[in-house]
Amino acid sequence: MKIHEYQAKALFSQFGIPVPKGEVATSPAEARDAAERLGGRVVVKAQIHAGGRGLAGGVRVVQSTNAAEQAARDLIGLTLVTPQTGPDGRIVSRVLVEEQLDIARELYLGMLVDRARVCPVVMASAAGGMDIEEVAARTPERILRENVDHDSGLAAFQGRRLVFGLGMQEPAARSAVEVMRAVSRMFRAVDASLVEVNPLVVTTDGHVLALDGKVTLDDSALFRHPELRELRDLAEEEALETEASKYSLNYIRLDGSIGCMVNGAGLAMATMDIIKLSGGEPANFLDVGGGASAEQIRNAFRILMADANVRAVLINIFGGILRCDVLAEGVIAAVKELDVQVPVVIRMEGTNVTEGKRMLTDSGLNFSTADTMGEAANAVVAAAG
Amino acid sequence: MAVLIDSDTRLLVQGLTGREGSFHTQQAAKFGTTVVGGVTPGKGGTTHDGLPVFNTVADACRETGANTSVIFVPPRFAADAVMEAADAGLPLVVCITEGIPIVDMLAVMRFLEGRATRLVGPNCPGIITPGHAKVGIIPGHICKEGRVGIVSKSGTLTYEAIHQLTLRGLGQSTCIGIGGDPLIGTSFVDALGLFAVDDQTEAVVLIGEIGGAAEEAAAAYIGQSFSKPVVGFIAGQTAPPGRRMGHAGAIVSGGQGTAASKMAALEAVGVSVVRSPADMGSALAMALS
Repeated sequence: MKIHEYQAKALFSQFGIPVPKGEVATSPAEARDAAERLGGRVVVKAQIHAGGRGLAGGVRVVQSTNAAEQAARDLIGLTLVTPQTGPDGRIVSRVLVEEQLDIARELYLGMLVDRARVCPVVMASAAGGMDIEEVAARTPERILRENVDHDSGLAAFQGRRLVFGLGMQEPAARSAVEVMRAVSRMFRAVDASLVEVNPLVVTTDGHVLALDGKVTLDDSALFRHPELRELRDLAEEEALETEASKYSLNYIRLDGSIGCMVNGAGLAMATMDIIKLSGGEPANFLDVGGGASAEQIRNAFRILMADANVRAVLINIFGGILRCDVLAEGVIAAVKELDVQVPVVIRMEGTNVTEGKRMLTDSGLNFSTADTMGEAANAVVAAAG
Repeated sequence: MAVLIDSDTRLLVQGLTGREGSFHTQQAAKFGTTVVGGVTPGKGGTTHDGLPVFNTVADACRETGANTSVIFVPPRFAADAVMEAADAGLPLVVCITEGIPIVDMLAVMRFLEGRATRLVGPNCPGIITPGHAKVGIIPGHICKEGRVGIVSKSGTLTYEAIHQLTLRGLGQSTCIGIGGDPLIGTSFVDALGLFAVDDQTEAVVLIGEIGGAAEEAAAAYIGQSFSKPVVGFIAGQTAPPGRRMGHAGAIVSGGQGTAASKMAALEAVGVSVVRSPADMGSALAMALS
């Protein structure tokens, strides 16, 4: 689960990571009041989950309360398109108003779990403020890494190795070590899967602060953190995806015309792949889970058909122990109940396949059946036109 | 003689009395697996579907001589269940559970260091050795005993591969679902290492997916020391970057973990990589001919 910058910074403060003084505003008037309290010279930052806000015009540096109010007026309600939002962009519903700092140096600090090393890793780079993925790809030697003990966190000596590796000097070096260790404590305490401070800044008077913050929480661990679950912002999520998650359906909207309904994540991805190879474009990823009960099939159809781009549907269920006659019954009921008009191609495997297929063919509805994934993909691409 | 499980497997089920545990245990027994009992804390001393239930894995091992455990317990208790099985000295633990917090898995991985236990999974369909035993949820009736090994990150896509092979008369030695989580006990390389020294296995189907670098590691291993023919498929060629595709580990981030990179790495070491998931069976037939 992603959270907003202002929420990440509130967490930073709780864990002793210094952040600029700031306030969240949901209206120009609130932004003005906040700017006034912060001394007038402020930064007004659009709060959306995607990165790349600066270049997209979502961060305004202003020198007066009037200008802060105007910046908030410009940003709130604006649809911000960044390389990470996709073409539809995200609507800004609040801004973070922060004091301006006199910055001497920008660094990068990040923490995540390294799959291959099977431990958390803290990464630091002198290339702060830049796209760290690009730095990693082009000049990997500019990123310093420390593998972290899962229980004790980043050790002080590891922090020193990082800060002196970055060429920092006292007293900022000492503060930066503390910030790094605090990030590591927080990572563990909140069950984060990613914490990024980009940039971590050193001010001209030697203070070290998190100027930006990105925190992703491990969805699987949210049961341990009911208070963090509250930070979820549904406005940042695709409405259909949120709706699908209520029914334990794993749905991701794409921009093609062929709706897919599949059991299992790997087979669902493979089904998208084969649609593309057959000359079509998948409208979505949809994993209905292992069971594929009648209830799940109905919910899945409702989600799929809410996407107006869908011109045909491919159902690919490899049930194994699932009974295909029961599946067919569920599909027929859902198509009738929801009055699905587009052609539906069904490929299923399991017990009673022949009976299941006969039921579909005899239903008088717009169904066709296929024996293999290849056949099914060709049929649905043809049906979508 | 297949790998990991066979007719000598004596299976213990952690979470036997739950819905999934009960159902899949019956299926495993029907397939011919020797199931010796189950563990559900608090229900020790009772029986479930004719099987003895124990409070702890240690008790169960002492009483039944179990040598393999399968875990069907809910995500928040699953990491503890793996550690309990390893502590009891079981050589093979297969964890089906999906959704274990990553921090819990870090603790598990460290707990397993220096112990003789092999963990398969979590978030996997388990293992099947057709004609002998199954541990997990892979449907038995689509399998056929034979000489092809399968190793896969995905459940139903594994069934698809098995089905394609069986339809062509190509049986399987052992099929191993290694799981779709970022942290897993048995990697592609581990599984290939087992197949490398297994006489029954003459060729392997490797099914990967976007995210991480396990397929690239498998390619490096194959290039150095795996001489049997391998057919590969990577799911997620059309997945949008930055989105998690169902499995916790299936995400392309920062240009890392793409299907293209994995396919190229495997092709470079002579793996027959198919673009279409419908071609896994035919490619394997070709590789063996």
